[in-house]
Amino acid sequence: MSLLVNIVLLSFLVIMAIAVLRIKNLLAMAMLFGLYSLLVAGLFVVLDAPDVAFTEAAVGTGISTVLMLVTIASVRDSHEVENKGRNSSLALLLSVVMGVALMYGIHDIAELGDPTAPAHTQVAARFIESGQAETGVPNLVTAVLASYRGFDTLGEVTVVLTAGLGILLLLLRSEKPRVKGKKKDAG
Amino acid sequence: MMDYIIGHINYWLIIAVMMVGMFTLMSRTNMIKKLAGLSIFQTAVILFYVSLGKVEDGTAPIVAEGFSTYSNPLPQVLMLTAIVVGVATTAVGFALVIRIKEAYNTIEEDEIRELDAKS
Repeated sequence: MSLLVNIVLLSFLVIMAIAVLRIKNLLAMAMLFGLYSLLVAGLFVVLDAPDVAFTEAAVGTGISTVLMLVTIASVRDSHEVENKGRNSSLALLLSVVMGVALMYGIHDIAELGDPTAPAHTQVAARFIESGQAETGVPNLVTAVLASYRGFDTLGEVTVVLTAGLGILLLLLRSEKPRVKGKKKDAG
Repeated sequence: MMDYIIGHINYWLIIAVMMVGMFTLMSRTNMIKKLAGLSIFQTAVILFYVSLGKVEDGTAPIVAEGFSTYSNPLPQVLMLTAIVVGVATTAVGFALVIRIKEAYNTIEEDEIRELDAKS
């Protein structure tokens, strides 16, 4: 039953990704991208990952879409230029080849939900067995995030801080170098 | 054969989404759309990892009475980190797009290349 929901949601996801690829209006693309993230959050719930679903719904659907809208608003350019002369067959070929290679690569991976898969029998089994006793947190995701892999989370905070500093430095620079071009309003 | 398809169709569809994202990234010249393609690629990878942690008849990894089978918490934790880091790096990308627009007055990659060739 959950597999059926899974497949329906994933098909919607493929359609949404193709819609993002094809649509020319960037504002509409931002909305479609928000829908895409929401579908991903729904899939996480079906895959028994409510914590990841919360994060995706808040960060992916919310913040990402808002950032995209802010960018589109501040570049004042909501239409993609049609490029008739551009040849994208090499990109298509590369994508197809890589897709086929990946599908070949996962052919002997453990089937979806197989409880005997190596991924479930090693370190994760220990987390599930003694996670609550050792950390006192019933939510094992929180236990692993904050206790067993606390340094990972510290590293994540470092990355977010660096990204924030980078954005501030990029956007708050007072002198704005311009490249003079053929466009009449450039510079 | 049927079991093989049922066990793998999830992964195949995720790979299809991933490749649509990669094609968007490579074939479009608009930078905002490129970043959207990159984000799609990234969420597909995250989805792949989380689906590796799914256990049949399992429940969300929150310890409670009456449940003994839980999904694997480890991929979920790693992907929580990846989502936040991914949005942070995408935000840097958007800031760069805004600066490129200020400097070149366009966000189309081939127009920027033309301007660079002239100067």
